[in-house]
Amino acid sequence: MAAKYELKLGAATREAFGKALVELGKADENVVVCDADLSKSTFTHLFGKEFPNRFFSCGIAEANMVSIGAGLASSGKIAFVASFSAFVLNKGFEQLRVNVAYSGIPLKVVGTHSGISIGEDGPSQMSVEDISLACSLAGFTVISPADEVAMFSLVKQAAYHPGAVFIRAGRVKVPVIYGPDQKFEIGKGIQLTEGTDLTLISTGLMVAECLKAAEKLEAEGVSTRVIDLHTIKPIDRDIIAKAAAETGCIVVAEEHLVDSGLGVRVAQVVTETNPCVMEFHGVNNTYAESGLPEEVLEKYKMTAADVAVTARKALARKKG
Amino acid sequence: MTRTSDLSELQSIARTVRRDIIEMIGAAKSGHPGGSLSAVEILVTLYFDVMKHDPANPAWPLRDRFILSKGHAAPVLYSVMAETGYTPKDQLNTLRRIGSIYQGHPDRRFIPALEASTGSLGVGLSLGLGMAEAAKLDKSPSRTYVVLGDGEIQEGQIWEAAMYAGFHKIDNIVAILDNNRIQLDGWVKDIMGLDPLPEKWASFGWHVIEVDGHDIVALQAAFAEAEATKGKPSILIAHTVKGKGVSFMENNPKYHGVAPTKEEVELALKEIG
Ligand SMILES: Cc1ncc(C[n+]2csc(CCOP(=O)(O)OP(=O)(O)O)c2C)c(N)n1
Ligand SMILES: [Mg+2]
Repeated sequence: MAAKYELKLGAATREAFGKALVELGKADENVVVCDADLSKSTFTHLFGKEFPNRFFSCGIAEANMVSIGAGLASSGKIAFVASFSAFVLNKGFEQLRVNVAYSGIPLKVVGTHSGISIGEDGPSQMSVEDISLACSLAGFTVISPADEVAMFSLVKQAAYHPGAVFIRAGRVKVPVIYGPDQKFEIGKGIQLTEGTDLTLISTGLMVAECLKAAEKLEAEGVSTRVIDLHTIKPIDRDIIAKAAAETGCIVVAEEHLVDSGLGVRVAQVVTETNPCVMEFHGVNNTYAESGLPEEVLEKYKMTAADVAVTARKALARKKG
Repeated sequence: MTRTSDLSELQSIARTVRRDIIEMIGAAKSGHPGGSLSAVEILVTLYFDVMKHDPANPAWPLRDRFILSKGHAAPVLYSVMAETGYTPKDQLNTLRRIGSIYQGHPDRRFIPALEASTGSLGVGLSLGLGMAEAAKLDKSPSRTYVVLGDGEIQEGQIWEAAMYAGFHKIDNIVAILDNNRIQLDGWVKDIMGLDPLPEKWASFGWHVIEVDGHDIVALQAAFAEAEATKGKPSILIAHTVKGKGVSFMENNPKYHGVAPTKEEVELALKEIG
């Protein structure tokens, strides 16, 4: 089943974000963007070039940027603020909590360079806690697209979503999973492969790794279901409950601290619906290090082979 | 380690450090050459002449503290730490490789002699204030030196720290502003201008010393003036050139975070001499 995905390398999700912003800006004069001296890295410079009067350069001052964005959004603008995930969330958290979440302001917050796959710059720029932080903002919608197609579509939807949204984007080029006609709906996960023995649930760049892991497992005779939860909050309870009931075994894989990310949120749904065997694959209570992205991903066990190891462990427990 | 106040020796060390920076970043194929090169004379003057420290005993309680708040300039710090004997010189070219002690940004987990893990801009001055306050409590002569980027001081926390230091008259801390006028996306004046800089710091209660950040003798005098200034924190506003010493990198925003190619490395090394 998983073999039907070619997984040709596409663009980085941050680039798709930047392109979607330009389209939004062309279609709607109400769209505005704030940047904190990372416009070339977050690809907001594309918007800035096209619409300089709707592009607010805030300097290296993320907390200020978040509150300025909130002010723009509360004055009827469709406002995006973007920086590295680590900086916009960590430096801007109080502002996101008070000026955005608590105040019910529909700001769109985009964090690029998420996870550990940024590579060489190392842990100070990596973000292994952003899902946790964003999900702990009451009322926020949290989106984490797996490829350029998903990102492009979901950014455009997020712009007109009634509430506040956080979108998680990556630095490195990632494989294309979706065809151009794929429909995405905020809050609805996507089942990528059928399977009855095991379900791999993932988000962001780990979705492609799960598809590759599924191919390995299928070759071993394990019927493997793969689900992309591009929306982490609100979480798609139905797709999770169904997978738990039908496969009785779930592994969640994420490029995030394992004890506070997607996995624990899936587990909450599983325990409330159809309790089953679960295993959690992610970054274990540590900060990673510098290196080439693929080396860092390998050392910190974020590859298909590593996911397959965790899956076999889960399957062994399921068999009892 | 070699300690020296001699100008020609310090200049020669600065040349070596510039070469190290180019070679390291060239080998890594990623990193931040511009802001490393602009801070060379500042760090060389501090580590070889001004600061009291002992690479053989990095935990010496009375040592002066150094924080590279603009952590992306790690290569200049790594070179100076290697040249003074804290860390192995022969590993400098493992910069940014997996497992290397020379991480993309200074990382205390890999080099315990570092006073701070930095890379998230805006926090170093406050951290230095804590160290300076601790030295006062301990009646230690230890002084704290913090290197800031000019883009970096757009962070609000810098001004919270500035206000604290001025109000509490923290005179055992010295901030050094690497005023190279360029940040990541371009010129500071186009992104979020800082003028008038000396007046801003003075109004927060700081003793301001403007200095040519590439003139070692002027830097020596400025650090001496800072040390002699009591009852006030001091800041050196060091006028520098981003990419200093490599013609095609000088004043060129492109080389904030772009590594030189193999050919550019050769060209740069030839120019540095
Ligand atoms: C909090 C934070 N925001 C953004 C960045 C990304 N960043 C790295 S270097 C840099 C520009 C720094 O400019 P400046 O302080 O002038 O440094 P220099 O010119 O000395 O290299 C930026 C925005 C960061 N490291 N930390
Ligand atoms: Mg600068």
